[in-house]
Amino acid sequence: MSRDEIKAELEQFLEAEFSPDLSLIEWRQRLVSAGWAAPLWPEAYFGRGFSQAQAAVVTQVFAERRIVGAAQVGPRRLAAETILAHGTHEQKLRYLPKILTGEHAWCQLFSEPGSGSDLAGASTRADREADHWRINGQKVWNTSAHHADFGILVARSNWDLPKHQGLSYFLIDMRQPGVEVRPLKQMNGHASFNEVFLTDAQVALDDLVGGEGEGWAVATTTLSIERQGFARGRGQSTPAEPSAGRVYRELAQELEIDNEPYTWYPQREGRPDLVLQRARETGAIESDAVRQEMAKLFCLSEAARISANQVSAHQKSGAQGVLPAGSIGKLGASVIARQAAHVHTMISGASAMLSGPRSAADGMIAETLVSVPAISIAGGTDEIQRNIIAERVLGMPKEQRMDTGPFRDIPRNSQ
Amino acid sequence: MQAVLSEDQMQFKQVIARFFDTHSTMPAVRRLSETETGFDPVVWSELSETLGLPGTHLPEEYGGHGFGPTELGIILEEMGRTLYCGPFFSSAVMAGYALACFGDEAAKIEKLPQIAAGTTRATLVLDDLNHPSKVGRLIKANQAGVLTGTAPIVLDGGSAQAFLIVAREPAGLGLFELSPTSPGVEITLQESIDMTRKIARLTLQSAPGLRLGSVTEQGLYQFWDLISVALAHEMIGGAARLLNDTVEYTKGRYQFGRPIGSFQALKHRCADLLMSLEFAKAATHHAGFCLAAGEETTIYPSMAKAMAADCFMDMARAAIQLRGGIGFTWEDDTHLWFKRAKCDEVLLGAPYQQRARMMDILQEAQDVA
Repeated sequence: MSRDEIKAELEQFLEAEFSPDLSLIEWRQRLVSAGWAAPLWPEAYFGRGFSQAQAAVVTQVFAERRIVGAAQVGPRRLAAETILAHGTHEQKLRYLPKILTGEHAWCQLFSEPGSGSDLAGASTRADREADHWRINGQKVWNTSAHHADFGILVARSNWDLPKHQGLSYFLIDMRQPGVEVRPLKQMNGHASFNEVFLTDAQVALDDLVGGEGEGWAVATTTLSIERQGFARGRGQSTPAEPSAGRVYRELAQELEIDNEPYTWYPQREGRPDLVLQRARETGAIESDAVRQEMAKLFCLSEAARISANQVSAHQKSGAQGVLPAGSIGKLGASVIARQAAHVHTMISGASAMLSGPRSAADGMIAETLVSVPAISIAGGTDEIQRNIIAERVLGMPKEQRMDTGPFRDIPRNSQ
Repeated sequence: MQAVLSEDQMQFKQVIARFFDTHSTMPAVRRLSETETGFDPVVWSELSETLGLPGTHLPEEYGGHGFGPTELGIILEEMGRTLYCGPFFSSAVMAGYALACFGDEAAKIEKLPQIAAGTTRATLVLDDLNHPSKVGRLIKANQAGVLTGTAPIVLDGGSAQAFLIVAREPAGLGLFELSPTSPGVEITLQESIDMTRKIARLTLQSAPGLRLGSVTEQGLYQFWDLISVALAHEMIGGAARLLNDTVEYTKGRYQFGRPIGSFQALKHRCADLLMSLEFAKAATHHAGFCLAAGEETTIYPSMAKAMAADCFMDMARAAIQLRGGIGFTWEDDTHLWFKRAKCDEVLLGAPYQQRARMMDILQEAQDVA
């Protein structure tokens, strides 16, 4: 389909079907039936099989006409894309539509207290019973788990195989007695994550994704989607004021819940955008020492921006030999955030002790100072990124592994 | 504006890389660094006559090839990668750009084609190499164009065939020309930390100069941006080579029964260096693209010079450290790079001065807005 054909068909559909007075769910159901909710997906599964360029036309029309699209925020897209890639026909039909409409919220159950960086070392048990899988263990860092209907879960189904081969990937109903969710309060006072305790929780046999023992391959898909940024809900806002109609009002309510875990995310990046203004307000900009540190910060943040542009221009041109920009960009974000926090501290001076809404920039500086330590941990620690860069980009030798052989014999945390 | 090199520019880069891989080997660098003039006239004529490199960035109407900062940057990146020894930066970049920026029409018509063709090896005399605002404090010209004063550091001053000199005039700054054999010219070779780039001290005592044009304050800053970005390219080329060679070294050096490159302490340091290199490269290439697009007074030239200098020095320090004791010997090549990095770091303004300029530009832009 050409650009114009897509535009014409979509506008005809919107003309006939869209009304701001529809309920959010009703409107999204119409979108899903017509394939406009996920145009990149295949036609057999609620999409249109569009290319990126074709899908961009849809996005553009939605933006221009202030149309509410499919539910986006939070871990639900990780689940959707993984099910689409590895799920059975029945799983796709059962789960995908309600992810798109927002009827079901999802969470990700991967990390454990005993396996953080070493994700494949998961020791949550999955034992096969006659008609279900029985799950026991503990997960952690589960964004949105407190209001999730379902979770994507990695658990160990075989303890005698090497660690990567004994994992399986499940879809678990979060609304059952064996699942207990507790909020996890962070050092910055927010509680955007949870701990999830699984005690004889049940998973139906047909909720296994991929084959038994293929969990690591499936999880790798989820992680790569996560790195591409699907899980980021930041900045998502309603295309029109809630007063413009029921669909916008209900979307605003949805976003209030879904965006909540992410409100501090800009602060963990160090808020370099506030630096110049703050330096002027406080007069710190007159200090040569502060100016030097500010310039170092702007060097880093500008170079990161330019580098990301160059990588995407490179990819568009189809050229070879692109660096794994992900790991370098992630490491760069940590360095930028730390330098920004350092500069904010210099600018504020003793006032950096103050916190709360009456402190600088409505409390955002204080929140920045106590949120930045997260950025070099979340989504893969700096140390892991450095290993990836050294081994995969620079081709430096891997360290000798201590975790080969049957998983049950590998030394691990006593949980 | 351009975001990455075009197909043509990539091909150009390959040609240039092959040339310097052949003609600027480490044995050649070693040999030339021990000589007084510090360059190989045969290689100079080849890069001038066969490849036409000195005219790359100079306008076609004055015998150049009419390309811009990006193509010039490609050449310098490859020169930096191979530690090329020769008067390209002093003659083609500094003198060539100075004449193109400040020369009168007649001067450009007469002099620039020879610099573009490499038949005249000129150098630019600046009595200060730290900051454009300090230029013109030591060398003065009277109404008749007679020059007096000293420039402590003149690149390739001992071998240059022509001196272009920025001097303080009764009103403003002017660009003058002098021959090394003119009366009142005293050239003293200086010892440099960096043996791969020769320097001399120039003392002028009532030396009669030929006035070529006027140097405005704004023009001097823009010129400074052009040569700083060119120098930044040389530095990222050197830094990239050092990282590559150092990583290779850690793969082949065994201690405690394993390659030292398998230790995380070294891997993590190399990963950080790669990030710093990628950022410095991004900044430098972007600065070239901005200049090519005619964007004036942006933060990018200063930013590129600061980042490339810090990156090159970090890389050189690590290159020695990761080699251990052998890295500190004269026999190992690493010190040649370290010394180039140290001199490039301070040439045209140390990183702190570049950062100060960035902040001035940012603040001015915000004041205007």
